[in-house]
Amino acid sequence: MIDPSVKKPVYWVFAEQRQGRLHDAGLELVGAAAAIAGQTSGSVTAVLLGQDVGGLAEDLVCHGADRVLAVDDPRLALYRLLPYASVLKRLCLREDPDAFLFGATSLGVELAPRVAAMLNTGLSAHCIDLKADEKGRLLQVVPGWGGGVLATIRCEKGRPSMATVMPGVFQKKRTEGRQGEVVTVPAGDDIDLAGPRILKIEMQEPKGIPLEGADVVVAGGWGIGNAEDWKLIEELADLLCGAVGATRPPVDEGWAAEDRMIGQSGRIVKPRVYIGVGISGTMHHVVGMDGSEYVIAVNKDEKAAIFETADLAVVGDFRKILPLLIREIRAKHARECRIKDEEGRRNNG
Amino acid sequence: MKRIVVCVKPVPDPKEWHKLSLNPVTKTLVREGIASVINPLDRHALEAALALKDATGAEVVLVSMAPPGARTLLMEALAMGADRACLLSDRAFAGSDSLATARILAAGVRRIGPFDVVLCGNSTLDGSTAQVPSQVAEFLGIPNVMHVEFLECDPAGSLRLVQAIEHGKVHLEAEPPILLSVTKQVNKPRFCSFLELLKAEKKDIAVWTNADLALDGSQIGLAGSPTAMADLFVRQKRRSGTRVTGEPEIVVQALLNKLHQLGTI
Ligand SMILES: Cc1cc2nc3c(=O)[nH]c(=O)nc-3n(C[C@H](O)[C@H](O)[C@H](O)COP(=O)(O)OP(=O)(O)OC[C@H]3O[C@@H](n4cnc5c(N)ncnc54)[C@H](O)[C@@H]3O)c2cc1C
Ligand SMILES: Nc1ncnc2c1ncn2[C@@H]1O[C@H](COP(=O)(O)O)[C@@H](O)[C@H]1O
Repeated sequence: MIDPSVKKPVYWVFAEQRQGRLHDAGLELVGAAAAIAGQTSGSVTAVLLGQDVGGLAEDLVCHGADRVLAVDDPRLALYRLLPYASVLKRLCLREDPDAFLFGATSLGVELAPRVAAMLNTGLSAHCIDLKADEKGRLLQVVPGWGGGVLATIRCEKGRPSMATVMPGVFQKKRTEGRQGEVVTVPAGDDIDLAGPRILKIEMQEPKGIPLEGADVVVAGGWGIGNAEDWKLIEELADLLCGAVGATRPPVDEGWAAEDRMIGQSGRIVKPRVYIGVGISGTMHHVVGMDGSEYVIAVNKDEKAAIFETADLAVVGDFRKILPLLIREIRAKHARECRIKDEEGRRNNG
Repeated sequence: MKRIVVCVKPVPDPKEWHKLSLNPVTKTLVREGIASVINPLDRHALEAALALKDATGAEVVLVSMAPPGARTLLMEALAMGADRACLLSDRAFAGSDSLATARILAAGVRRIGPFDVVLCGNSTLDGSTAQVPSQVAEFLGIPNVMHVEFLECDPAGSLRLVQAIEHGKVHLEAEPPILLSVTKQVNKPRFCSFLELLKAEKKDIAVWTNADLALDGSQIGLAGSPTAMADLFVRQKRRSGTRVTGEPEIVVQALLNKLHQLGTI
């Protein structure tokens, strides 16, 4: 399928790190790029910027990078847009990769467009899938108009072909013992140090089980109606050892934190079990969850669009269903506890 | 501060998005009869500019790349308190992707003259690329910050910013000239009265074509856009599952069975 006269494509991935920790987005993307490279006889380079970051290279290799291009410099210790962008620009001009992928994180969506403008090349935003054409060129799938339609985007002028990809679209996978090359290069004299000064960085520990990587997600929508009833969503999630998810309205209302939003402008989740309650199923939300393995939807409107994306469609009022469900699960847990207790006593006695 | 430029874009009213359809033959979106509104985040950008104007007396100038019909929406933004507007409108701009759009906007801003701050929304509702701000800043050769959720000008003319990141905030100090794009947390946009709308009619809306901006034809519109749509398709619904309905007891039993089978309880 691949024309042998064409030079082997080289796919770059920006390996985002903050405080010496790699963001999952980069690990997911080296894996995705490796899968594409497998079809196109291409290779994957992870580009790692920071200070004392050499130790992170091995993890990138195990997740799919054939090569890690590390720039180790105290001036890159903390992310600042212009120093990072100017270094990436120079690396791209020197090595001329075919594609350059970034996670659509807060950092990635600020940095990638700036680099694309520096290189006068095309960038597609918030991709939810990546493919390659017969020449090994990257095809990017982006949701348009609320995700109701999808567009395949190709970069026809300019190099490299650039994309930001929603975190969670691809699953990261570590393969022990994978081999790769690590190259460290200097930041160079033309690094641009302009821009705002960092006064302080405040981090908050996220509350509850994070959506990323959760096995079970219990998501609520506008249909929940108020903060009091929202507790039912949290309770059910808790009982199932799952993460709480939300559509946009509960986040706007403050029932759920911003990092709980699933969908086009939130997170992409692919849990084993997704339970959506009081959610109508607009495309904005559905693009974020329809990669889930098993989908249960509870909605009182039998015509709700979410049912078209559900494996188990439960038509009914959650106010009647959830309290009963929670009670039954509690009762079951209590029964199991009693049985275990009794078994324990019998074994001890 | 002397001058603040605000980038505002008309977008199809999200309340009417259900009217959008896809022409299966031409693979283009049919958007006839759908009203436009100012991109919601751009109202926050404008409010941030007006707050700076209140504090420093700066002039606030709007810039928008849009068809001529955008005048009415610019009037609304002028009524909120902006001083004048520049509408960049030319058939040659049609089909621009974010890179070409940013190049055109940057040329418009440059033509307005020296400025201290350029304000944008963080993203638009329709394109929602969130790419234009960083790219306008690159073409203007000035620093930029995205996800700005707090901004304040100190008496010495420096800016204090708070940028939202995943699970945290970055506090920054910046000097003009700079481009900032804001989230909705940054402020609450003001409303404008009917009287202000009447007054706005007297304010100046300059319409600039590419004859004014003098950009190379190969750098704008379709020709100047590196990305191209290779295909447009409607998302397929993937599942059509079992339905359960009826008394809560029956429904809950079905749920319990399924959750048990899935191993979650
Ligand atoms: C640019 C843009 C980006 C967006 N990005 C996202 C995104 O990333 N994620 C996202 O989720 N949204 C996003 N939205 C918002 C999106 O368009 C919808 O507004 C939102 O997803 C709707 O949420 P919902 O389903 O909870 O509410 P609704 O559409 O109001 O649905 C509520 C549902 O609850 C049901 N219901 C009501 N009462 C009960 C009851 N007692 N029992 C059972 N069911 C009940 C109703 O039948 C209804 O189906 C975005 C919007 C825009 C414009
Ligand atoms: N055509 C345009 N005219 C004026 N401003 C724009 C235009 N397109 C984008 N912008 C600005 O850039 C921001 C982000 O847009 P986008 O990158 O399209 O999501 C918007 O909130 C506007 O402030």
